[in-house]
Amino acid sequence: TVFVVWLVNTRGRQRAPSDSDLELSTVRHQPEGLDQLQAQTKFTRKELQSLYRGFKNECPSGLVDEETFKSIYSQFFPQGDASTYAHFLFNAFDIDRNGSIRFEDFVIGLSVLLRGSVTEKLNWAFNLYDINKDGYITKEEMLAIMKSIYDMMGRYTYPCVRDDAPSEHVDKFFQKMDKNRDGVVTIEEFIETCQKDENIMNSMQLFENVI
Amino acid sequence: MAAGVAAWLPFARAAAIGWMPVANLPMPVAPTEKNKRQDELIILNVSGRRFQTWRNTLDRYPDTLLGSSEKEFFFNEDTKEYFFDRDPDVFRSVLNFYRTGKLHYPRYECISSYDEELAFFGIVPEIIGDCCYEEYKDRKRENAERLMDDQEDNKDAKLPNMTFRETMWRAFENPHTSTMALVFYYVTGFFIAVSVLTNVVETVPCGSVPNMKEVPCGERYTVAFFCMDTACVMIFTVEYLMRLFAAPNRYRFMRSVMSIIDVVAILPYYIGLVMTDNEDVSGAFVTLRVFRVFRIFKFSRHSQGLRILGYTLKSCASELGFLLFSLTMAIIIFATVMFYAEKGSTSSKFTSIPASFWYTIVTMTTLGYGDMVPKTIAGKIFGSICSLSGVLVIALPVPVIVSNFSRIYHQNQRADKRRAQKKARLARIRLSKTGSSNAFLHSKRNGLFNEALELTGSTEDEKRLSKSTSLIESQHHHLLHCLEKTTNHEFVDEQYYQQSYLEAGLQNYPSQSPSLSSQDGVTGTCCTRRSKKQHHTPLPNASAPAHMQPLKHTHTHPQGLQELSTIHIQPLSTSRSSLNMRVEEPAPLNCQSSQITTAIISIPTPPVTTPEGDAHLPAAPTLQNVVKVSAL
Repeated sequence: TVFVVWLVNTRGRQRAPSDSDLELSTVRHQPEGLDQLQAQTKFTRKELQSLYRGFKNECPSGLVDEETFKSIYSQFFPQGDASTYAHFLFNAFDIDRNGSIRFEDFVIGLSVLLRGSVTEKLNWAFNLYDINKDGYITKEEMLAIMKSIYDMMGRYTYPCVRDDAPSEHVDKFFQKMDKNRDGVVTIEEFIETCQKDENIMNSMQLFENVI
Repeated sequence: MAAGVAAWLPFARAAAIGWMPVANLPMPVAPTEKNKRQDELIILNVSGRRFQTWRNTLDRYPDTLLGSSEKEFFFNEDTKEYFFDRDPDVFRSVLNFYRTGKLHYPRYECISSYDEELAFFGIVPEIIGDCCYEEYKDRKRENAERLMDDQEDNKDAKLPNMTFRETMWRAFENPHTSTMALVFYYVTGFFIAVSVLTNVVETVPCGSVPNMKEVPCGERYTVAFFCMDTACVMIFTVEYLMRLFAAPNRYRFMRSVMSIIDVVAILPYYIGLVMTDNEDVSGAFVTLRVFRVFRIFKFSRHSQGLRILGYTLKSCASELGFLLFSLTMAIIIFATVMFYAEKGSTSSKFTSIPASFWYTIVTMTTLGYGDMVPKTIAGKIFGSICSLSGVLVIALPVPVIVSNFSRIYHQNQRADKRRAQKKARLARIRLSKTGSSNAFLHSKRNGLFNEALELTGSTEDEKRLSKSTSLIESQHHHLLHCLEKTTNHEFVDEQYYQQSYLEAGLQNYPSQSPSLSSQDGVTGTCCTRRSKKQHHTPLPNASAPAHMQPLKHTHTHPQGLQELSTIHIQPLSTSRSSLNMRVEEPAPLNCQSSQITTAIISIPTPPVTTPEGDAHLPAAPTLQNVVKVSAL
């Protein structure tokens, strides 16, 4: 009987993944109404319509899971491996951490990035770097982020990406940002330093008219 | 980058803000969109069916027709839509390509029409999605094979200047090309049959010499059979040598299967001639005679079915090999088993394993002669297993061979059908071509005749003639006429050209004046071909248009023309020079009015018809200015 039970269990386990795959694909999500989204974001009605059409085209079920997100983002960086950075991005967009991005999350995030104030944008960037969302950016977190960014470059670069390039870059970053030398960067330090840096301020305005 | 993903580019750019605080260098300036316009719907009207899509959707593929400014050529100002006079069903696939980034090939669509549409819209077929790519490629290959087959058939056409050798080779390969070849074909076939029959009858015992046992016919009528054999071998040798002579590539011919069969068929005779009455090798000589039976394979030149069978066996070589191999394995296994099973029984026929092979083969093929039977129980059990498995093993590869044979046979039949269809199609094309070219010639005459009529003012004939050739037709004729004027040559019918080409040296313009009677004959045959009326008015003058040299008239012309069923003689056309001379011709008009569309040969008649004609027509040298009718 033990043998039989074991057999049944294995059979059951074999069947389960396919069933759950089926479940995921039949889940559908409809976004909140256009008016609500208009209220929540700074996009016009037409812009929201256009955004949704693009979104729905790529993700007909209305939800983006991490794999799809990674594959979409990777298509923009064919030379390197964008999957790690996409993972961090995904976490930054997935506000309620449920493993999938809905259109609302997507559009709210975009609204911040494109139409938000500089402080909001800097907040968003900080949120991206703070992997465990504890309010502090540690050196390890920053190193992970930096490595993922350098991964996107791929192998064929000029000059060649040295193995210690990410950590060097992290050190420079911490030198600039970490005022009290406590090994972590807080949100206040971050925003303060950025506001003093002209380059960063200019670049924040770069993508204003993307949509 | 896939089209749909391009819609996410704004997002990717926005997310780049995440790099900014980390960057040490200033960022490059972002490109601005010059005239940023809102996405608009555009209407694509394809043969009445309206499709609508966003302009951005089409802009995804800027190197296609719809994605580039090329579509502006199709913009209809009045309706503010883009109109394409194409197939709306295929357009669905085309538009879906823009929408989804994947090109699909619908199965019900004809492959060539699909390719045409894709070519029109500037889409490369190679981007067909994986789901439909295999189907597309298969259909395309099929189509290509079909077209290739058609082209191969072209080599049947007789080339004008074939050497004797080439003609001979063609006669050998395709007996239907000429009567001689057909005769040769049947004669050789007959002699093959005779030879094979001789071989067979030779061994039949016929009658007996009283003091000896029954003698086969071969020994009784030695001389007769020898003569028969000689005759056959003579014919075969001659045939082989002729083929060898005519073959374009002798070395390849000598290596071909048929030639080897030929050689093997006739060699024993010669070897027999060479070595007569040599006791040692006469035994070998006798066995050589066996090879004479290979003459029956010569029939494969005469029978297509036999050729197909041979080809099938060749193409199924692997299946046959497998069959053979598996049978051998099974035979060895079962023979061994039977041998050891029957070892114990007394007076067993299974004396050794090779001896058991015979039993195994006979049993597996379900022959069951019964000369070797197992006696022990074990032997019987294994024997039954052997026969059951034999059926299975043999039945497995046979359907493959059968299906191969069926496929090749049907392919052959299809090839024949296609050939017939192609013949019909070519005939139709030829007909329409001659129709159009002759319509031109006809209208030329009509045109001149019209002018003649205008001069005489006879209107009712004019009305009859001015049946509306369509505007396109008249423009086409005008174009051909311009070409004639440019080159100072005239279009004539092929038959006429060949005739005149052959008789180039014979004609002498003034002396050739045929008598009135013969002319009447000409007229009679010409016009009575189609029209019911008889008229014996002499034909008017040469039909050469004003600036041209008069064409030669051959009185043998009509005979040649009679062969053409679609030709009806157009004796009429007055040249300008002869306008003054004679313009009445109501009778020829009758002849001509009844046939407007079919062929016309311009028969210029010599000016002998009227005395005054001589004065008009220049005593020009008999230049041949005829031009063969090109593909109009």
